[in-house]
Amino acid sequence: MKLTDEERDMLEGKCGRGVQLAMKIQVAVGEAFHADRMVPVTRTHVALSNQEADLWFAEKLVAGGAVCRVPPTVNPSFNLGQFQCITDVSPEDAAIVTRTHEAYRKLGAILTYDCTPYLERNVPRFGEITAFSESSATPFVNSVYGARTNRESAQSALCAAVTGVAPLYGYLLDKNRKGEVLVHVEADMKNEFDYQMLGYFTPGKTGFRIPVFEGLSDPSPESLMNLGAQLNTGGNVAMYHIVGFTPEAPTADAAFHGERPSAEVTVTQDDLRGMQRRLTDPYGKIDFALFGCPHFTIRQVGDVARMIGNKKLAVPLYIMTSSLTRDLAKKMGYMDAIRSAGGEIVSDTCMDQPCWKFLYGKKGVTDSPKCAYYTKRRNMQFVIVPLETCVAAALEGEISQ
Amino acid sequence: MRTFRCHKISEGRASGELLFSPDPLCFYLVDPKTGVVIEKNHSLFGKSIAGKILVFPNGKGSSVVQADGMYQLKMKGNEPKAMLIENPDTTLVASAIIMEIPLADGVERSFYSLAKDGDSVTVDAGGGTVLWKGGE
Repeated sequence: MKLTDEERDMLEGKCGRGVQLAMKIQVAVGEAFHADRMVPVTRTHVALSNQEADLWFAEKLVAGGAVCRVPPTVNPSFNLGQFQCITDVSPEDAAIVTRTHEAYRKLGAILTYDCTPYLERNVPRFGEITAFSESSATPFVNSVYGARTNRESAQSALCAAVTGVAPLYGYLLDKNRKGEVLVHVEADMKNEFDYQMLGYFTPGKTGFRIPVFEGLSDPSPESLMNLGAQLNTGGNVAMYHIVGFTPEAPTADAAFHGERPSAEVTVTQDDLRGMQRRLTDPYGKIDFALFGCPHFTIRQVGDVARMIGNKKLAVPLYIMTSSLTRDLAKKMGYMDAIRSAGGEIVSDTCMDQPCWKFLYGKKGVTDSPKCAYYTKRRNMQFVIVPLETCVAAALEGEISQ
Repeated sequence: MRTFRCHKISEGRASGELLFSPDPLCFYLVDPKTGVVIEKNHSLFGKSIAGKILVFPNGKGSSVVQADGMYQLKMKGNEPKAMLIENPDTTLVASAIIMEIPLADGVERSFYSLAKDGDSVTVDAGGGTVLWKGGE
């Protein structure tokens, strides 16, 4: 790779060992993808995870004296203070949260602890070159805003935050943003859950190619959040187009850069129903409801509050969201409503965290396949159904066909 | 014995037995204590990837789980010795580089028709070669 003098100084250790490590990794990634140079990034988001590898790497950078040149927003770990009120947090789990927090604070990160930074606090403009990790974030940034990011790993995004540059390859280049497969959506797409299923289903048909959706009209921000999160969980899709909606696809022709699609597929309501049946665990009695993977917006929190109304929940219901949204929910009365029914709004928390140990071995209900996917490791079962059905199940304590 | 060319992603050299996965791999859905794949409906479900030269099409999973999956396996000594893939993605690539597990792509197509599970190979990612020593 051709490096500038400043980038070479970083690589040679003249800016400290932490910066050197970050640049060394970025050069290796660049060479793997045949990048010929680095480009400056103006925004970054790191999928902080509070897992051992995350802490190990962040502390390694801190020990090497690294401070972020382009401070990243960060994903949630878990809200220690709040969970100490909900359950018993083990000393080891408390220690790793505290150490991770300290490491990222020293790196100069913006400690948002939110997995939907693209809706608040870290919103890119069209064409901006960024380095975002987090599976719901990369497709949103690339597709909905038309900003540019590769599907960064937590660590490669942190390296970009530290060095202020990223290797020039992949989705940063015009030619790689071209739509490849035309996806005719014939399914009804009547609620946001259908977008979850469309996201999870599509990569099985389109593989690594960029899908161009036709037949979607005015999807809500929440629908797009779901679509991206599941495209990038069911597969590795960090970019898509929606004809007549996303900025790089005013027409199908524009989405395909004037070329012909390499394939066309059709998605029907039966496909989405079949996908739901494959993903869900068996219906029956449930022990809890869990929402907010990705973090719920204030509109979704309000939806849940309205669905509960004045009724009491039969099982605990948890909504994960950002601290900003939780504050809003408090001001708007949603929090009181949800709490008095027996639910809770938790901020700064991811579902894939050890704070949920008290739910292990139990069966929950959720609207998100991503929420269920990573818990296979943690021996949790999930019935996956639309939000309205989830809330009804939480009020009943069970769900039948 | 036959040598196939490959393209280095994460440098390093290792010898071992081949294990093929037709399905994409998420290292987070592997039990770190045993190296056994725990993802239901996966073609390697119930099989161990520990110490193998693992051949799979591509990675899958969110932006943090590959690194943590590999890290956990490495801490227990149950990581694959080397990996050969067809389609690199940033998450898998960065994780392998950081965890120092040899990784290459672009292996000559004829390798795939010749080699099978259990065959003995030496991967030299830095040198850009896969040396196939044949079956039993």
